[in-house]
Amino acid sequence: MKRLALTRSPWLKAALKSRWPQFIAAALLLAGFLFVIVSGLLGTPVGSRNFGIIAVWILWWALLILAAVPLAGRGWCAVCPIPLAGDWLQRGALLGPSGRPPRGLNRRLPKALRNIWLQNGVFTLMALFSAVILTNPRVTALALAGMLAAAIGLSAVYERRAFCRAVCPVGGFIGLYAQAAPLELRVADTAVCAACASKACYNGSESGYGCPWGVFPAGLARNSTCGLCLECLRACPKDNIALNLRPFGGDLEKPAARLDEAFKAFLMLGAALAYAAILLGPWGGLKAAALAVGSPAWLAYAAAFLFICFGLLPGLFWLAVRLGQVFAAPRRRTARRSDFALAASALVPLGLMFWAAFSLSFVFANAVYVLNVFSDPLGWGWDLFGAAGLAWQPLLTSWGLPLQIGALVVGAFWAARVARRAAAQGGFHALPVTGYAFGLTLAMMGLLL
Amino acid sequence: MTLALASVALAVILIPAPAAAAPLERFFRVGAGQYAFTPASLRANPGDTITIELHSTDVTHGLYVDGYDVSAEAQPGQPAALTFIASRAGVFRLRCSVTCGTLHPFMLGRLVVGPNWTLARAAALAGLAVLAAPLTLRKAAE
Repeated sequence: MKRLALTRSPWLKAALKSRWPQFIAAALLLAGFLFVIVSGLLGTPVGSRNFGIIAVWILWWALLILAAVPLAGRGWCAVCPIPLAGDWLQRGALLGPSGRPPRGLNRRLPKALRNIWLQNGVFTLMALFSAVILTNPRVTALALAGMLAAAIGLSAVYERRAFCRAVCPVGGFIGLYAQAAPLELRVADTAVCAACASKACYNGSESGYGCPWGVFPAGLARNSTCGLCLECLRACPKDNIALNLRPFGGDLEKPAARLDEAFKAFLMLGAALAYAAILLGPWGGLKAAALAVGSPAWLAYAAAFLFICFGLLPGLFWLAVRLGQVFAAPRRRTARRSDFALAASALVPLGLMFWAAFSLSFVFANAVYVLNVFSDPLGWGWDLFGAAGLAWQPLLTSWGLPLQIGALVVGAFWAARVARRAAAQGGFHALPVTGYAFGLTLAMMGLLL
Repeated sequence: MTLALASVALAVILIPAPAAAAPLERFFRVGAGQYAFTPASLRANPGDTITIELHSTDVTHGLYVDGYDVSAEAQPGQPAALTFIASRAGVFRLRCSVTCGTLHPFMLGRLVVGPNWTLARAAALAGLAVLAAPLTLRKAAE
């Protein structure tokens, strides 16, 4: 697979090594993040007129799922404001290493948490309350404040970025879908790393912190665990770290078999289908059930959501993989348990495209609210830029449908390709898994079109 | 094989839908309550003249038709109507155009003009894409 090392450009490398651009971006985003919390708590309770709701669930979400993740993978994590305060408390410095030992208890993250099961759990919890979180400014504010507090608290107990690695519900799916992105951070020559005694990329050096994500770059084969913070680029004394452009889906050329990631894929697919039905569907009863937290209708909705994500989708997928194992040529038939997780890598591009198609349905239709809330962020009757009174008018409605269809068709194509590669690597036939992906695509099309 | 699939895909996109029946005048009485339209799905044929009478059952609601850029606003007890000619075939979302509560941006319905060829074409394209995927891998391997 061809790669283009962006870090071969001296000026780009200098810009990436400098801490200032990244710090300025993260600091500005932190200011915005804190303002989202303030506006959620003090501003109007009407979601479409509150900066917090619109900035997070329309503007940020659109940029994240339609641009940042597909093009830059964990690019958002590189500038995310949530770990900033914890980093500062832990390191005792805002920019480069101070030379002082890390503050706090600095414990190692327990082995049981070095996966994304907890992230799956936190995401599930938030997904169950999503109709309220997405529309109620106060709840959005409290959820974001809770994430900030958790990041700070965990940084005081555990070394590195424990919140990002084990808890962040957003980071979990960004990591999963980052495997499809055309950007990667890798070592240029693994032999250089093998001969390196200091392992400064992991342990830190005078010029850079040890990997905040707990990753040893020489062993990095996939994007999912690398937060693109670029500390290894700064720390490496051998100049052996490269930021590469590569074809889309680079990590899926040789899929990995991780059960926690497989279940993240089911969770994301199930959530995309459920939200398409609840939020974009015409069924008022479903919307009311999702909104009435604690009511019998909500409990039924929650049970159905959990069943779809953790019962129906994985169950049907298990059947598809099992069929694939039965249909496999006798010499390749191994019926390995890891085939299930391996085959689930086909759901990575499928899910990413489901979310893109889902998001296209409401992002452009509600874009005018972004102008409204920048002009009157708290809904207090301000008109800072003369756009507070702009009447609602959906944008690009005639483009929405073709773009959604395009995304879903690309998703089905991509999933079929990855299924073939996974099948070649494992011991099963790709056809049933491809059929599963195609069936889900038809279901999503039925909901969206 | 790739060329054949590409040709079929092009045909799926470009072949016009069969001619529709003679145009009619259609009247729909649509109820609007948090957060749904009733009925939620309206069907018509291309060329039909559509009149939608919007009745709000709780707070003020609007109805905007994607692709036709027409809208109406109804208050409880004060219905509003809009009339337009369904000149474009396809599936179009109906959206509430007046902030009506927490789930307002997701108060949606749909207008289907003609058979839902959009869904059929999309499904056919997805099927062709799935068939084409192994071919592209084989080509890459060569």
